[in-house]
Amino acid sequence: MAVSQPESSNPKSPERRNFFFQALAGMFGSLLVAFPFLSGLGVLLDPLWRKSNEGEMIRVGSLDALPPDGTPVKFPVLSDKRDAWNKFSKAPIGAVYIRLLPDKVCEAFNVICPHAGCYVDFLPERRSYLCPCHRSTFSIDGKINDPKSPSPRGLDPLLVEVRNKKELWVKFQNFQTGRSDRVPMA
Amino acid sequence: MKHLWQWVEERTSLGAGIRRLLFESIPGGPKWRHCWGKALLYTFFLQVVTGIILWSGYSPSSQTAWESVYFIQTQMPLGWFLRGMHHYVAQAFVVMLVLHLGQMILFKAYRSPREINFWILLALVPIGIAISATGWLLPFDQKGYWASRVSLNIASSAPIIGSVLKRLALGGPDIGHHTLTRFFALHAGVFPLIIGTMLLLHFTLQRRNKLPPGGPSKSAIPYWPRQFIRDASICLGLLGVVVFLIFLPAFDGSHSPPGIGLGSPADPSDQYSAARPEWFMLFLFQFLKLGILKQTFGSHGEFVGAFVIPGILMALFFVMPFIARRKNGQVFNLTMVGLLASAMVTLIALALHDDANNAAYHEAVADARQKADRIRVLAESPSGIPATGALTLLRNDPLTQGPALFAQHCAGCHRYNGHDGTGHQPDNQQSASDLAGFASRRWLAGLLNPDTVASTNYFGGTAHADGKMVKTVKRDIADYDATEKQQLQNAIIALSAEAQLKSQSALDAHDQDAIKAGQTAIADLSCIDCHQYRGMNSDSSAPDLTGYGSSDWLAGIIRDVTHARYYGKKNDRMPAFGTKGILTDHEIDLLTSWLRGEWYEPRENLAAAHP
Repeated sequence: MAVSQPESSNPKSPERRNFFFQALAGMFGSLLVAFPFLSGLGVLLDPLWRKSNEGEMIRVGSLDALPPDGTPVKFPVLSDKRDAWNKFSKAPIGAVYIRLLPDKVCEAFNVICPHAGCYVDFLPERRSYLCPCHRSTFSIDGKINDPKSPSPRGLDPLLVEVRNKKELWVKFQNFQTGRSDRVPMA
Repeated sequence: MKHLWQWVEERTSLGAGIRRLLFESIPGGPKWRHCWGKALLYTFFLQVVTGIILWSGYSPSSQTAWESVYFIQTQMPLGWFLRGMHHYVAQAFVVMLVLHLGQMILFKAYRSPREINFWILLALVPIGIAISATGWLLPFDQKGYWASRVSLNIASSAPIIGSVLKRLALGGPDIGHHTLTRFFALHAGVFPLIIGTMLLLHFTLQRRNKLPPGGPSKSAIPYWPRQFIRDASICLGLLGVVVFLIFLPAFDGSHSPPGIGLGSPADPSDQYSAARPEWFMLFLFQFLKLGILKQTFGSHGEFVGAFVIPGILMALFFVMPFIARRKNGQVFNLTMVGLLASAMVTLIALALHDDANNAAYHEAVADARQKADRIRVLAESPSGIPATGALTLLRNDPLTQGPALFAQHCAGCHRYNGHDGTGHQPDNQQSASDLAGFASRRWLAGLLNPDTVASTNYFGGTAHADGKMVKTVKRDIADYDATEKQQLQNAIIALSAEAQLKSQSALDAHDQDAIKAGQTAIADLSCIDCHQYRGMNSDSSAPDLTGYGSSDWLAGIIRDVTHARYYGKKNDRMPAFGTKGILTDHEIDLLTSWLRGEWYEPRENLAAAHP
């Protein structure tokens, strides 16, 4: 600021008349300061281009693990994962609740609370979900239970398929938290 | 906006401070020789910025240091450029420091009251070297690892506290996770803070003790913009040199990508003869190599060369401001500087000259480069870098390990394309077959050729030189008629197909009919009089031809050549590598895969891999 408009505390200062040198000096100075930042820009912004393999169908367990009374069961989601330079096979990338509905149809929810991203508990005695962080409650079908819950939306449902009669496959996705619509993270 | 600025100004005098800095008058007018100090400051600024950005991608541990640097270098946009900047600007810092010191001596700017100013810069020299040295280890490649080992061992040559110092620096008995975390803390925390503080002190003192070398006479001109333009031009020139150096590999005919290289991951078990310090430390390297020290000081030679003599020189520089006050003092100082500079230049030139004429060094450099290229191919393969680190990839790579294993265990008798697998010519005579392309059609055609079967490339050097096989080939095959020659041709194709070589997979798939015909021909041509083949003949006084040259067959013959499936009691001299415990199963697998040409190649290289 002071660089571009030098106040004339010194009335004899000749720079004001010397616009060319001022401009040249300003240009040189900005270039020198900007250069190292520019050369590191790619590294700093690299995360914006990195991809995740979320959204693929992943096998999480067996249909036999689900109790017929419709109580949700928690399954870890293991997948091949690329973490910067490393590649892992069968690394945990999240978890899901799956419950059995009538007619062998299943319903799956991401365990992440849509409010602030905590891991929600299922309370069998109340047959509802409770977020341990800010006490959002969700009914067994994932909808917001108590209107005072801070969560802006119900639990995030995930596509679940039963393959080969027994295998539970889930299209695992994380969604942005803190908003009422569902926007995938990846 | 203006109000806000006024509000801040009333409370901080920030604007006034900046104005004071910018418009402070430079006695004697703008001068190019005032630029070096600012250039030094600028290199420090560059290192802080590029260093912190690199920091954001760096992970200091044995299994992630190389890997994270590899990721910065090859996967992140312009990461190679950022690394190149940080590397060359580090050297520029040392150069600017030395130039600035030299300038202070030359222009007598170290005389009263500026001695402390001079000493601050002088103290920056060892710290500048230390920050470089700690930085070398961080990429954790072979070069950094071995260079650091050497300097750490030199450091441990200090009497009494040496071994304690070394252990503290290492964070344990050997180089590992804590060596990297500690070096990183020093490199990115402790040393930059010290350097920053000292530079601040230096420039504060410089302003306080403003005493122009040319005298306070002439017209004083404000710093901004005339002197600033000069300073900035020098800094821009410096940037230009750095960028030029980064792009140099693209033009110097070495066909390397621009930027500085990243070697293969640190491997304590792998010899690395290409370890050299940075060029500005080569003088010490050469000095320690000279041998005079050891002759004079015995086991303390290293310590004398790396600590005592540099310490004496530092002390000499320390008192130079006082010497300069005496009569002829300045001349003495300049002479000392000149002598020291010529000694250093001579030593550096000697070191470079030695290496230029050292074939072993060139070979080590080429080998290091080959490994560095290979690890990059492996790291980019679909399987990627495992959690155990990139070194695992190299240690499990047949192309990397096979030749070394062959040279060590097989090349005493066998050859691979006439050499020992690594391209060297072994000392002893070839006395067993050349195994390049073993079990391929070409190799078998040579074996079943009356002219070549008794050459050293096949049975010539062995106890089987006059054996049944050689006799059969020489006598029978020489007399084959056209039909039998065709049968032989098919037999070769069929036998070679047993190996299921990757390089012949397309040919094998194409020649299914010939393979069928050949399988019958192997029986018809009376191979099975001695050999087992697909259940035919039970006598088997010669190696089994079923699965000849396949992974299982080849691993088996290396493991135990005396097994009835192979040469049994007729074995000449070959040791049973597996059963005798000379090679582990893993090593045998690596050797087998390498001999069979089975290693990972990126898709675009597959065609070129097998000439």
